[in-house]
Amino acid sequence: MKKDYSKLGTLFKSMFMLSACTFGGGFVIVSLMKKKFVEELKWLEEDEMLDVTAITQSAPGPLPVNASVIIGYRMAGVIGSLTATLGTILPPMIIISIISVFYEQFRTNPYIAVALQVMRAGVAAVIFDVVINLAQNVLKTKRVLYIAMMLIAFIATYLLGISAMMIIFVCLGIGLADLAVTLYKKKKGGV
Amino acid sequence: MLLLKLFFAFIQVGIFSVGGGYAAIPLIQEQIVNIYGLMTMEEFSDLITVAEMTPGPISINAATFVGMRLAGIPGVLLCSVGCIIPSFCICLTLAHFYYKYRTVSGVQVVLGAMRPAVVALIGSAGATILMLGLFRTDIQNAVLGDIRLVEFGIFVVALFILRKFKTSAISVILGSGVVGTLIYALMGAV
Repeated sequence: MKKDYSKLGTLFKSMFMLSACTFGGGFVIVSLMKKKFVEELKWLEEDEMLDVTAITQSAPGPLPVNASVIIGYRMAGVIGSLTATLGTILPPMIIISIISVFYEQFRTNPYIAVALQVMRAGVAAVIFDVVINLAQNVLKTKRVLYIAMMLIAFIATYLLGISAMMIIFVCLGIGLADLAVTLYKKKKGGV
Repeated sequence: MLLLKLFFAFIQVGIFSVGGGYAAIPLIQEQIVNIYGLMTMEEFSDLITVAEMTPGPISINAATFVGMRLAGIPGVLLCSVGCIIPSFCICLTLAHFYYKYRTVSGVQVVLGAMRPAVVALIGSAGATILMLGLFRTDIQNAVLGDIRLVEFGIFVVALFILRKFKTSAISVILGSGVVGTLIYALMGAV
C-alpha cells in the first residue's frame, strides 16, 4: 500500500464537505463517501468501500468517524487517518457550538424546519442512487446465496428492526461457513 | 475537574456505543444526566433535537453540545476527542489488518459474504429516510393518503438528476433543501 501525502488536502476537503452536508445517520455518509471516493475520485474500489462499511459496523463509535479513519489510513497511513477524522468532526463541532448558543432561535425558526424536512427527500434520492448501483453489482454475481442474503438482510433490518451489527456478524458467520465449504470442495477436488 | 469528568465520561461513551450513533444517546444520558448529574433531562432532550437536526455524526453532535453547554470551547474539544479516541484506535488496527490481508483469497470469500448485507443495510437506511421524508413517520405508521407531494416530487426529480447526470451528492441535497423551502414558501405554508 503506497502512501501519498499529496492527497491529504483533497482528503480533508472531501471529508469536511461530506460531513457538513450529511443529515440523518451513518449510512447516509457511507453513500456519499461511496459516490465521492469510488465514483468521482476513483481512489477506492467499490468492493473495498463495502468492506470498509462492514468493518466500521463491527467497531464501536460513530460510523462516519470510523469510515474516515480507515479511508484515511488507506490513502496516507496514520497521518491520513488523522486528517480524514479531523475533516469529519470539525463541521459538526463548529455548527453545534454556534447552535448551542442560539438554540431557541434555531429550534423555532420555521424556514429551518421546512428545509430540514424537504432535504430528507434529497438525501433519500442520493442513497437510492448509490443502492441501485450496489444492488446491480450483487445481482451480477449471479450467486443465489448473495442475492438471498441481500434480500433477507434488508427485511431483517428494515422490517424487523434487527441491529446492523447483528446482521454483519451473522453474515461473517455465513462467510466463514462459505469459506469452509470452498476449502473442502477444493481439497476433495484435488484428491 | 469538570473537564476531566467530561473527558472520561465521553471515552466511556465512545467505547460502548456499539452499533452507530443512536446507540450513543442512552449512554450519554446515563453518563451526563444519571451518573454525574451535569444536565437535566429537559436539557438533554434539547440536545437530541439539535443532534438530529444538524449534519454530522449524532454522537459528535451530542458531545459538542454537552461540552459547549457545560464548559465552553475546551469542553467541546475534550468531549469530542474523548468520544472518538476508542474507535479511532480500534479502527486503525482493523484497517491495518484489513489492508494487510484483504488480497488473501480466503479473506475475500468471507468479505464477499458480508458485502450483500452492507448493501441491504444502506438500502434500509435509505428507505427509513424516504419514509420520514414522504410521510414523516416510519413504514408501520405510514398512511398512503398522507403522502407529502412536494417531497415526493423532489425525491423523483433528484433521483432522476443523479442517475442521468452523475451530479454530486452535496449539490443535490442542498438543492432539494432550497427548492423545497421555496415551494413551501410560495404555497404560503411556512
